[in-house]
Amino acid sequence: MAYFTQQLINAITLGAIYGLIAIGYTMVYGIIGMINFAHGEVFMIGAFISLIGFIICGSLGISSAPIAIVLVLLLAMSFSAVYGWAIERTAYRPLRGSFRLAPLISAIGVSIALQNYVQLAQGARPKPGGQIVSGGFNLFTADGFDVRVTWLQIIIVLVTIVLMAGFTWVIARTSLGRQQRACEQDMKMAALLGVNVDRTISLTFVLGAALAAVAGMLFLMYYGVIDFFIGFLAGIKAFTAAVLGGIGSLPGAMLGGLLIGLIEVFWAGYFSSEYKDVAAFAILVLVLIFRPSGLLGKPEIEKV
Amino acid sequence: MMAPLIEVEHLTMRFGGLVAIDDVSFTAHPRSITAIIGPNGAGKTTVFNCITGFYKPTVGRLTLRGGPGEFLLERMRGHEIGQKARVARTFQNIRLFPGMTVLENLMVAQHNKLMRASGWSLLGLLGVASFRRAEEAAIELSRLWLERIGLVADADRPAGELPYGAQRRLEIARAMCTEPVLLCLDEPAAGLNPRESAELNELLVSIRDRDGIGVLLIEHDMSVVMQISDHIVVLDYGRKIAEGAPAAVRNDPAVIRAYLGTDEKALDG
Repeated sequence: MAYFTQQLINAITLGAIYGLIAIGYTMVYGIIGMINFAHGEVFMIGAFISLIGFIICGSLGISSAPIAIVLVLLLAMSFSAVYGWAIERTAYRPLRGSFRLAPLISAIGVSIALQNYVQLAQGARPKPGGQIVSGGFNLFTADGFDVRVTWLQIIIVLVTIVLMAGFTWVIARTSLGRQQRACEQDMKMAALLGVNVDRTISLTFVLGAALAAVAGMLFLMYYGVIDFFIGFLAGIKAFTAAVLGGIGSLPGAMLGGLLIGLIEVFWAGYFSSEYKDVAAFAILVLVLIFRPSGLLGKPEIEKV
Repeated sequence: MMAPLIEVEHLTMRFGGLVAIDDVSFTAHPRSITAIIGPNGAGKTTVFNCITGFYKPTVGRLTLRGGPGEFLLERMRGHEIGQKARVARTFQNIRLFPGMTVLENLMVAQHNKLMRASGWSLLGLLGVASFRRAEEAAIELSRLWLERIGLVADADRPAGELPYGAQRRLEIARAMCTEPVLLCLDEPAAGLNPRESAELNELLVSIRDRDGIGVLLIEHDMSVVMQISDHIVVLDYGRKIAEGAPAAVRNDPAVIRAYLGTDEKALDG
């Protein structure tokens, strides 16, 4: 029981990070019907900007962890947002109206370019991030096994919940969100009503990138080590999460992230940690075969 | 006579070798309903697509004078025509945002106002007073339109769940929420039963008389066209074959020939 609870706590933490990245995939898919294959790289860049941010905070003598976290969060979100905007501008917008495969290929190109850019600029070796938040408490002890919750895990889950709630509110309640949903449902009609579709698509990339940057920062704080290649695996896992939840569905992405976190951690905890990625991707295969629209997604209805 | 609201001059649209519209000119005035009629494939919808920026005309000039100034529509991009020149349109098939509520559909149409008031949403997110006032005004305008189309009670239902006739009316209300100077309606009465069709007539007449804007109407339902139009333009095979008041157009031999496909002899006999 104790072991199970501990795994559950770890899984929720990991699932929160996947969920944040998955939102970016699902929103971009929702609005332009395409996967942003460079999204994992935005997450990686978010992690690097956070690392740089923490170092700057350290050299400025900001020793209070909450202040440093908030500052770095804002820094990472704003810089990554620029990357998200640039990806849309360079890899997607010029190819809108082209055949469907073209922007996917250009996005993969951007993804490789960003990886190599970070590898050149930051070096290929893993970078240690140091411990920003340490400590925690024992939840309970059973069978001689301490169930621990770290403060960091609480921060990760809290930040995720707050951001997801805020984000859901923006999409559901504000003029901005209405505009976004309108473009999702009928882009031409939205344009006719005076909605600037180009700007709305840019905004979708920007918002997705900002959330991925937060995931990057949380990843850095949780694992303490990053390198230029982390975006690939995390990106594909988050993509799996978005597909599992139903691509295009916002609550689906959050649920999918959580489930992928659970599957991965429990597989590693009870079976074998070498094969945890296999377990996660096996889910992707199974979902695509048996329920292509995902758990919360609506089946595609032909427009007439 | 008032100055024309939109002046279509020598409009020609070619798709490869096919001439969809051939040198069509007409004008439409504010506070009037101008119907464009003609058999299937006459090029009516193509005229609308040129006016609303879906197509770039091969030849021709589309001048809109009204509201904020003078615009050459053939040179503007899609969303600018809605936003700046203030032309609104509906389609033959219903294109509401089915997953959004009735109220949200009307709110989307007013988002330009809201975005300006919200300072690109930053102030809006912070709940600044000027934004809240703009939002209240937008909700008020939506409520007014819901009253006019009789859908106040359905404000929070998804638009896709409404009965067909109500969806048609909601589309027109949504177009009106953009506060257009020219409203282009593509077969608004298609698929309506006689009672709904009569309600539509009332709505269109009230838009003309109360809101004072120009309405361009493509319609096959002659009970709608003959009752409410002030001016009728008849197209056949992309060319304008007649133009005038309803009574005159109804008796025009060229129009009768185009619709019934008979020659004049058979008509006389």
